[in-house]
Amino acid sequence: MNSVAASSSASTDRALIEVRGLRKAYGETEVLRGIDLQIAKSEVVCVIGPSGSGKSTLLRCMAALETYDQGDVLIEGELLGYVERGGKRARATPGEINRVRRNVGMVFQQFNLWPHMTALGNVMEALLRTRGLPGGQARTRAMAMLETVGLAHKADAYPAKLSGGQQQRVAIARALAMEPHIMLFDEPTSALDPELVGEVLQVMRQLAHDGMTMAVVTHEMGFAAQVADKVVFIDQGRIAAQGRPDEVFHDAQQPRLRQFLQNYLDRNAFWSRGAQERPA
Amino acid sequence: MQQFDPTVITHNLPQIASGFGITLGTWVAGVAIGVAVGFLISIVQLVGPRWLRAILRAYIELLRGTPFLLQLFLLYYGGPSLGITLGPLTAGTLGLGIYASAYFAEIFRTGFRSIPPGHVEAAACLGLTRWQTIVRIQVPQMLVLIAPALTNMVIVLSKETAVLSIVTVPELTFVLTAIGSATFAFVETLLALSVCYLVLVELASRAGMWAESRVARFLA
Repeated sequence: MNSVAASSSASTDRALIEVRGLRKAYGETEVLRGIDLQIAKSEVVCVIGPSGSGKSTLLRCMAALETYDQGDVLIEGELLGYVERGGKRARATPGEINRVRRNVGMVFQQFNLWPHMTALGNVMEALLRTRGLPGGQARTRAMAMLETVGLAHKADAYPAKLSGGQQQRVAIARALAMEPHIMLFDEPTSALDPELVGEVLQVMRQLAHDGMTMAVVTHEMGFAAQVADKVVFIDQGRIAAQGRPDEVFHDAQQPRLRQFLQNYLDRNAFWSRGAQERPA
Repeated sequence: MQQFDPTVITHNLPQIASGFGITLGTWVAGVAIGVAVGFLISIVQLVGPRWLRAILRAYIELLRGTPFLLQLFLLYYGGPSLGITLGPLTAGTLGLGIYASAYFAEIFRTGFRSIPPGHVEAAACLGLTRWQTIVRIQVPQMLVLIAPALTNMVIVLSKETAVLSIVTVPELTFVLTAIGSATFAFVETLLALSVCYLVLVELASRAGMWAESRVARFLA
């Protein structure tokens, strides 16, 4: 960690998610090589970086969808994925993982709606099974969630009948229905046609505005510039730079970061708040 | 050479009808056993311990790697030496079911494997238990994905029932070949036999298509 790491994040005790010294390897290949990251309440952290840099793996570790070799992932102070017994660490049971993860919502690149259930059914399912709500209550709550993403009128549509943008908004509603304290987004717009990206980002923008704590792996530099409190640039399994968006995007000293951002500048693909001229 | 004589068939209709009934019965029972056992195997392969999965893998490979005829011989003629004495009909039905279970297990397994892993991850992130995920998310999708393969296997099995004639089960093939041998009216009996199987297969294929259109209606 170096260069623009000037803006220090929230103190440890306030962090909803804390990642400490996280390491993971697939065989010989080290994907994560010591990641430290804290996300405070209501903070929006955008994780950017080249493909294969480990940013998605990092996010998946925060949802216990990946195992990790070293370090800690703490959700509201509790270790995720593992249990410590007598100084030794063992993989936690699925029930234990679910308990620690209960306040974490996850949104995937591929939406991952269940195709055999309607939009409403998708949102209701966990309310019925995990929360154990009675049918009527689950339905009311699910409809309210669909309303917040502007898709109440599509409640009875199966995912195959929805556009990619609509599917992703249903997936967001599905995660929000569980009242998470933290929302994780794994490239939520990367599988979308360009004209559908906006509607999903709009929903995410609203969420951030309402104070949701968010970690977003994204290639949408405009979104990162406008919405993030902190931008984290990951390269080759390490955090190579982090800081406020204007720091990261405009004062990039780190050569890899400059090179990475240049690709976006070349495509004229992002604008940032308050900046008229293209940053050098 | 004899003249073509349809009366060979019409005079023996009750026998043929009984054979048809037994073929239908063993087929349905064989499919039921095969689907039930195959389904259980595929579920254990999904969640079971490694050693049990290895045993089931061997079971499947063994049954798929040997002819049904051989398996049936072993069960019917070899069974008594192991203290398992079964009548022809029981041995035939059970044998068919066991044979089919290996294929059904593979069909179910590939169905489960075709479900995007993300669907299961989404369920996990939403707090569903492994079991709830299987029942609510994986099985319904698997059934849709395998519908064509399942119909196909059911059709294959309708004709495998003919093998049961070897252990003297009085099903269609047994009855009609016996009539053929007794009257030397081979062409008539074999033609009648073909028609009977065609009817069975047509029934199965139509039922399969109906089922496919039902289960896949939300995918259109």
